[in-house]
Amino acid sequence: MAKGIWIIFEQRNSEIRKVSLELLSQGRKIADETGEPLVAVVLGHGIEGLAKEVATYGADKIILVDDEKLAEYSTGAYTSVLNKLIREGEPQAVLMGNTALGKDLAPRLAQRLGVGLASDCTGMETDATSFLSFIRPIYSGKAFTQVTSNVRPILATIRPNTFTVAAPDASHQAEIVKETASIDPADLRAILKEVAIAASKRPELTEADIIVSGGRGMKNPENFAILEQLADVIGGAVGTSRAAVDAGWRELKFQVGQTGKTVSPTLYIACGISGAIQHLAGMGSSKFIVAINKDPEANIFTIADYGIVGDLFEVVPLLTEEFKKLSK
Amino acid sequence: MNIVVCIKQTFNTEAKIVLDSNGKIEDKGVNLIINPYDEYAIEEGIKLKEKFGGSVTVVSMGGTTVQAAMRTSMAMGIDKGILISDPALENTDEHGRAVVLAKALSTIPYDIILSGRMAIDDCSSQLAIRLAEILNIPSVSSVIKLEIEGTQATITKEIDGGTKIVEVALPAVITTTKGLNEPRYPSVAGIMKSKKKELKIVTLAELGLSSEDLTPKMNVVKHSIPDARKAGQKIAGEPAQAAQELARLLREEAKIL
Ligand SMILES: Cc1cc2nc3c(=O)[nH]c(=O)nc-3n(C[C@H](O)[C@H](O)[C@H](O)COP(=O)(O)OP(=O)(O)OC[C@H]3O[C@@H](n4cnc5c(N)ncnc54)[C@H](O)[C@@H]3O)c2cc1C
Ligand SMILES: Nc1ncnc2c1ncn2[C@@H]1O[C@H](COP(=O)(O)O)[C@@H](O)[C@H]1O
Repeated sequence: MAKGIWIIFEQRNSEIRKVSLELLSQGRKIADETGEPLVAVVLGHGIEGLAKEVATYGADKIILVDDEKLAEYSTGAYTSVLNKLIREGEPQAVLMGNTALGKDLAPRLAQRLGVGLASDCTGMETDATSFLSFIRPIYSGKAFTQVTSNVRPILATIRPNTFTVAAPDASHQAEIVKETASIDPADLRAILKEVAIAASKRPELTEADIIVSGGRGMKNPENFAILEQLADVIGGAVGTSRAAVDAGWRELKFQVGQTGKTVSPTLYIACGISGAIQHLAGMGSSKFIVAINKDPEANIFTIADYGIVGDLFEVVPLLTEEFKKLSK
Repeated sequence: MNIVVCIKQTFNTEAKIVLDSNGKIEDKGVNLIINPYDEYAIEEGIKLKEKFGGSVTVVSMGGTTVQAAMRTSMAMGIDKGILISDPALENTDEHGRAVVLAKALSTIPYDIILSGRMAIDDCSSQLAIRLAEILNIPSVSSVIKLEIEGTQATITKEIDGGTKIVEVALPAVITTTKGLNEPRYPSVAGIMKSKKKELKIVTLAELGLSSEDLTPKMNVVKHSIPDARKAGQKIAGEPAQAAQELARLLREEAKIL
């Protein structure tokens, strides 16, 4: 009998990604509803210290696999270790974030296990017959599909910011199980040469709770400074449209949309962005959308919760001042 | 070098999505394009051929309309194509499609397999990586730079917040994303030539597969179309007033900040 809901944790330099805590928090609710144990699986090197923190978010059991070869993520090593753990532990469901890592790992793991995978889900429901079903956007959010599986385990990657992180409970205890990684050298087919993570005081785009985004209306790269100032006052990330990337004003990694990042923040502030369908494809699932645009007919207003028709160069600095007042 | 490029024909990005009477996605009257991410794979495949010689084969699964997408890729510079077309493909999932694609690829030589990082219709981001697993070769996803020397590839890929450089031995599967290259437009001469290029259509039976191999692991419960997001309120007034009001609404109504 398959047992348990497993959350595959993601950490970098012993810092846990927010999406992992979101999944553990939501996993707790499902575990309580279904009576299944909730298991956090943490892979990495020098990660023992993380167990205490993970426990406070409600895990019943924490599986730690600490190995030098797991220090940096690699498709081969992670697939091999998780394949073995899952075959032995036989969970009902295995969830991970739809992050760069999750997108790379989950399909490999699913195929090795011979199971299905629901990718980039934005909803999850318990189901009497098939345990869990998942809701995922298709056609860039223009439609949804609900999927489930009778094959165990059900694998899914969940879009960051879909669920909220519950308040930690310092008294919560979890059973800690240390497993050893038996990694076959044949699994290590990609040799890591370099990891370059740009140091930034701003949150990573896909997990940011607030995104301030600028498009062609910004007119030049220097003007993005006013968006950065606004973002910094409210702890947001700065995104952009394809027009600004193609003009060479902003780096590609900040592009939101069909051919860029899919984001789902609580608040998305679009400045000087017309709201083309391909841009909406990347941010349409934001909880609140604010548009600042001088064209009252701009498409972005048809989906914005709050809009200001005006010159962004006037409005944005004023907004920054207002937020400063609020944060005092 | 034997280069394989996997492409999918998808709806145009502007397409409106509606459900038919069976609750399936209506495909009548929709303009079809090459999945945008796959254009990077096509371009990279052609570039590799220009550099190292050999041939580039495009492989796709789908109905007969897919030939149009394949011809476009041939007009860009792809040499030949294999279309796996079979009604049974309709009733499978990512696992089944990967099995089919792997079977087709096992009939041809390959040094590198290029694909897009995601199809913009099913938004799965699974097929290419599953394929690599079945073929038992490495895969590197979301690639923005590819350098090949002999049988070694040095690859820069996007990760959250930065990039990573890895080295793998070929053959390997590479999934492409924006930033890798600028896909070329088909030339008139290219379009003329494309019409005469070899495009083979194969069925599942010809690949030695039966519908059992395609048994889906996932079941679709239903499709739905979300309610259109409604236009909210436009905040009137002078910029200073409007900014103040917006800040208030975000705090009091939306309960953020
Ligand atoms: C296959 C495909 C994929 C694509 N992928 C993406 C993608 O991933 N992401 C993406 O964003 N786009 C994508 N696009 C492009 C998309 O169609 C649009 O061209 C693009 O989003 C436009 O960017 P924009 O809104 O910044 O520019 P524009 O459409 O030019 O809009 C600029 C806006 O700024 C406003 N403005 C100008 N000055 C001011 C001012 N002083 N104050 C206030 N407002 C001002 C204008 O009124 C206008 O509404 C894709 C297109 C295709 C075909
Ligand atoms: N039907 C198909 N035929 C050939 N290649 C495909 C097909 N579907 C998807 N692919 C390839 O796999 C990539 C990922 O698709 P997906 O897993 O559906 O998001 C696409 O960008 C294509 O390169």
